[in-house]
Amino acid sequence: MNRTRPGLGVAERRSALPVLTDGRVDHAAGAQRFTADEARTDWHDESLWMVRQKRDAAASKVPEWEELRRLASGIKEHTLSHLDEYLTQFEAAARRNGATVHWARDAAEHNAIVLDILRASHATRMVKSKSMLTEECGLNPFLAARGVEVVDTDLGERIVQLRGEAPSHIVMPAIHLKREDVGATFHEHLGTPAGESDPTRLTIAARHHLRERFLSAQATITGVNLAVAETGGFVVVTNEGNADLGMSLAPVHIASCGIEKLIPRAEHLGVFLRLLARSATGQPMSVYSSHVRAPRRGQALHIVLVDNGRSTQLGRADFWRSLKCIRCAACLNTCPVYRRSGGHSYGSTVAGPIGSVLTPGIDLRRYAALPFASTLCGSCTAVCPVQVDLDAQLLKWRAQVVQAGHASSPKRLAATVAGVALQSPRLYEALGVVYRMVMRLVPARLLRNSWGKGRQLPAPAAGSFRQWYRRNREGAA
Amino acid sequence: MSARDTILAAVRGARPAAVELPNVTDAVRSWPLPAGDIALRFLSAAQAAGARTLECSRAALAATVASAVPNEWLTVSLVPDVHGSVVPPDQPHAYASVDAFICEGTLGVAENGAIWLPASRLGCRAGAFLAQHMIIVLDRQAIAERLHEAYAQIDWASEEFGIFVAGPSKTADIEQAMVIGAHGPAALTIVLTTAVVT
Repeated sequence: MNRTRPGLGVAERRSALPVLTDGRVDHAAGAQRFTADEARTDWHDESLWMVRQKRDAAASKVPEWEELRRLASGIKEHTLSHLDEYLTQFEAAARRNGATVHWARDAAEHNAIVLDILRASHATRMVKSKSMLTEECGLNPFLAARGVEVVDTDLGERIVQLRGEAPSHIVMPAIHLKREDVGATFHEHLGTPAGESDPTRLTIAARHHLRERFLSAQATITGVNLAVAETGGFVVVTNEGNADLGMSLAPVHIASCGIEKLIPRAEHLGVFLRLLARSATGQPMSVYSSHVRAPRRGQALHIVLVDNGRSTQLGRADFWRSLKCIRCAACLNTCPVYRRSGGHSYGSTVAGPIGSVLTPGIDLRRYAALPFASTLCGSCTAVCPVQVDLDAQLLKWRAQVVQAGHASSPKRLAATVAGVALQSPRLYEALGVVYRMVMRLVPARLLRNSWGKGRQLPAPAAGSFRQWYRRNREGAA
Repeated sequence: MSARDTILAAVRGARPAAVELPNVTDAVRSWPLPAGDIALRFLSAAQAAGARTLECSRAALAATVASAVPNEWLTVSLVPDVHGSVVPPDQPHAYASVDAFICEGTLGVAENGAIWLPASRLGCRAGAFLAQHMIIVLDRQAIAERLHEAYAQIDWASEEFGIFVAGPSKTADIEQAMVIGAHGPAALTIVLTTAVVT
C-alpha cells in the first residue's frame, strides 16, 4: 500500500522527502523548502502553538503537575537503570498470560519476526494503529514488497500513507497538510467529491473506508505506550479507537514494543497517563486507554521487544535519559525551529528536539545537522513531562558532531576561531576591533546573501563592552 | 547467542548507575483532594470530553435508557436490568450492524471523565468500538477522584483486558478541526445511577 500513486505531483511528493546532501540530512535546506510558502509556515507555526497553549491550560489545572513530572522521570530512570531485570520480569509475566514474546536486535529482525507471524497465520491483510517504532523499522514497505497489505488506520497516518509520505509529527502525522490537501487526496483515493474539504465529511469518508479494512483484517499491529513488568500487560492509547477496532476484531495481534517502554508496576500507570494526554493535546485523558494483559479467546497475541540501538543509547552517559521519552510531542509543539521548519525537514522518524537527540545516536554522520536545528532556548526541556534535559543533550551532540569531523566547514571554522580567541582576552579584544570594522565596511547586501541570510543584522556597536566599562565604571568608581 | 540474550547482555552492560524507585503511593497521598461534589466534577469532565450525561435512580434505569434509544435501533445490552433488542452476538464482527451497545462501567474518574470497563463487562469487546453509539451505566458511588485512586481499585489478575473510555471516538487529524466519530462510536451517553430509590 505504500506505492506512490500517479495522481500525486512529483513536486508534491518531493516536498515530503528529506533533503540529502552527500548522504546527510540537510535540515537547513529542508527548512528553506518548507518556509518558501510563508503563509503556510505561519499557519503551521500557529497550529502547533495552539496545541502548546492547550497543554499549558491542562497542566495548570493539576496542582501536583511538577511533582508528577518528577515522579515520572524518577520511575523511568529507575526502570532504565534496572532494565534487564524488568525486561525478564515482563517477559515471564506476559508468557504466563498467554502471549508469545519475541526479541528483535534491530529493524531487520523486527520485520522478519512480523512477517513470520503473518505467514504462519496465512494473513495478507493487516491493519495498523499508530506506531513510531514500526515507522522506524520501515515495516510498511518491507511487508508491501512481500505481498502483505498494510493499512494505517490512524486518520492522520492514513492520509500520509495514501500520499506516499512519512508522518511529519509523531502525534499529529498530517499536521503539515491543509484540509484542501486532504480533500484532494481523498478525492483521488476514496472517491470523495472533487473540492470537498470539510473535515467532518472527510473524516466520515475515512471512517467508512477504514471500517471495511478493520472488518476484513486478518491481523493487526499496534504500538505500545507503556508496558508493565509486574503484570506483563501493556497500554495502547488512541483518541480514534482504531487500535481497539483492530485488536478486538483481528485473530492475530502483534504489539511492537521498544525496550524502553517498560515501567515497573501497574500503580505507576496513573502517573504517566495523567501526564501523557495533557502534554500531547491538552486533553485530561485520551478517549481510549486500552490495557491488554492477555489475548482474548481465540486470538493470538505476539509481543515483539525491539532494541534497534536503544541499548547503545542506554550506555551513553550523556544521552541515556532520552530513553525516558513517552512520545507526547510536547517538545515538538513548543520548538520554535520545528514549528517553522516542519517535520519532514528533519528526515528522521521522530522530528523535533527529541528526534534530534535520538537520531544522531543511530547514525551520527547522516543526522549531524539535527543537533544544530535548535536555538537551545530550552523550551523543550521546560515542557517535557518526563524531564528529559533536551537542550543540554542537543549541545552535547553538537560537540560530538564537531569532534567526529561531521560539522560543516563554516561551523568548523567558526568553532576553531572561537576556541582560540576565547582563550586569550587580548586576542578576543583585537578580533572584536577587526569584526566591527569589517561589519562597517562590507556591504550589507553581501552579508545578507551569506551568513546574514534569514537573520536580522544589527548595526555594529561603536565599541566593545570593555571599552564602555573602562569609560563608565572603572574610571567613575 | 539468541537475540534475547544479546539484548539482555547489551542492556546489562549499558546500565547507568542505579536510580532509586520513587515512592508514588506516599506522594499521591500527600496531594490534597479537591473539595465539593465528586459526581459533579465527573459529569462536567465527561461532558467536556464530548459525552452526553443522564442521571437517574437505579430503579428508573431501564426507562431512562429506553428514552435515549429510538425504537427502531438495534441494541445490545450487557447490563442485567436493561434489555437490548437483540441477544449479544458471540462473534465480534456481528457488532458492525449494532446501533447501540449498552454496558456497565465499574469505575469513574472525576479528574478526566473516564470510565473503566473491564473485559468481563464487555462481552466480546468489539461492541464497545464497532457499535455506532455507546451507552455506559455507572453507579454514582463508583467514582474515584484521580487516576491513582482508580488504578488502586483495579484487580489485574482477574481481567485479561480493560479500558478507560473518556468520551466518544474523536479525531483532529485534519487541520486540528475536532470531529466526533472517528472510528469508534460517534456518540457516548453516560447514565449515572443512584442506588437509593427517590
